[in-house]
Amino acid sequence: MQAKPTALKVLDIASILVLAISTYLALFFAPTELVMGAVQRVFYFHIGTAWVGLLGFILAAGSGIIYLITKDMKWDRFEVAAVEVSTVFFFLTIVLGSIWARPAWNTWWTWDPRLTTAAITELIYIAYFMLRQGIDDPERRARFGAVYTLLGGVSAPVTFMVIRLFRSIHPVVIGAANANQEKMSMTPDMRVAFFFALFAFTVIFIDLIWHRLRLGNMEEKVEQLKLKVSM
Amino acid sequence: MKRSSPSLLKATLAIVQKDLAAEFRSRELISAMLVFSLLVILIFNFALELDIKVRQSVTAGVLWTTFAFAGTLGLNRSMSVEKDRGCIDGLLLAPVDRSAIYFGKAISNLAFMLIVEAIVLPVYSMLYNVNLFRLDLLGVILLGSIGYTAVGTLLSAMAVQTRTRDVLLPILLFPIAVPVLLASVKASNGLLAGAEFAEVLTPLNILIVYDIVFIAVAFMVFDFVVEE
Repeated sequence: MQAKPTALKVLDIASILVLAISTYLALFFAPTELVMGAVQRVFYFHIGTAWVGLLGFILAAGSGIIYLITKDMKWDRFEVAAVEVSTVFFFLTIVLGSIWARPAWNTWWTWDPRLTTAAITELIYIAYFMLRQGIDDPERRARFGAVYTLLGGVSAPVTFMVIRLFRSIHPVVIGAANANQEKMSMTPDMRVAFFFALFAFTVIFIDLIWHRLRLGNMEEKVEQLKLKVSM
Repeated sequence: MKRSSPSLLKATLAIVQKDLAAEFRSRELISAMLVFSLLVILIFNFALELDIKVRQSVTAGVLWTTFAFAGTLGLNRSMSVEKDRGCIDGLLLAPVDRSAIYFGKAISNLAFMLIVEAIVLPVYSMLYNVNLFRLDLLGVILLGSIGYTAVGTLLSAMAVQTRTRDVLLPILLFPIAVPVLLASVKASNGLLAGAEFAEVLTPLNILIVYDIVFIAVAFMVFDFVVEE
């Protein structure tokens, strides 16, 4: 077995550090929001996880396309890593959002465009794992996985547009779509916590993807060794 | 002597003809879809207490749920027949462009779905005394069915090649088909409530965009789905 690369070890420690700092910034450093109170602090991690969740899905669709063109299994492993890590982060986003929504909207869940799209996107990627599980041939599994992430990547924005026809109550942080939507404004201290959370989760995301890629490579090696033994 | 392969249109039509001929002899797919649709409507009747007040707001939803479920049944069957009897290998060996297979299957699936809809709509109109035969509503149903079968045909070609094929198709299809179902329900609802045509233009546009985008994507990736 290959030893863990030093860069990955450094990244592991960096991830823990930035997570700790981000927690401190979100819970103690950022001022308490006037209207919503302490519960607003969940927002920093909510945005952080949502950002890497979406980033992962875009990367997955991209690597799916590259796989279909190059037929290099490396891209398939990257796609699986991205979808797997993002599915978890996206689930966290939904949970954190619910925690915020309970006091703010007086309900855990509402069929708002963002929430609905988030739920459907999550379902698409759960279906993705079910699809892969049902296929034994690794090459076919990779092909179908790539096709499905591509379809999911195209469908999710259209879903968002359709549901947007209904009125939205989700607060908008950057660029309000129309005047009716409530706009959140941040003080400079809040902004520090906000951008640091984005940065922190990006670091954690890269770290986890790297781990998952290593795991994928090792799986591949084990498969090959098994084949060699059985031959 | 090298014979030139038939054109895409000719090959597509040949596959459609084959599917329709097989179906009109056995009638197993359409009859199953049809009976299933009527049963779904029957269940909705009791589950939702479809009295005159409720009906006004849920007719579009009931119809599209019925079409979606019956459509899944048809999509699954039309592909698994090919797979079980080894016909798909024959089709793949034919010296035609693979996209002809996709378009052929998609068109025959669409035809089955439209035939079922053509029977369900008058039955529903009769049972619940609403007039569903309006040109604009039929247009929405056509657009919705095109989008649904376009992506459904591609996904059913994937689903039949997996171990869990019978349960997998709806799981794969429904989250991807959410936009087309939502836009169809929204447009149909608006039309049934007597809205102006301009008011349902946005969902209609989304339907058209969805149809074009997904036909194009399916056309591009179908080769990867059937390749051995």
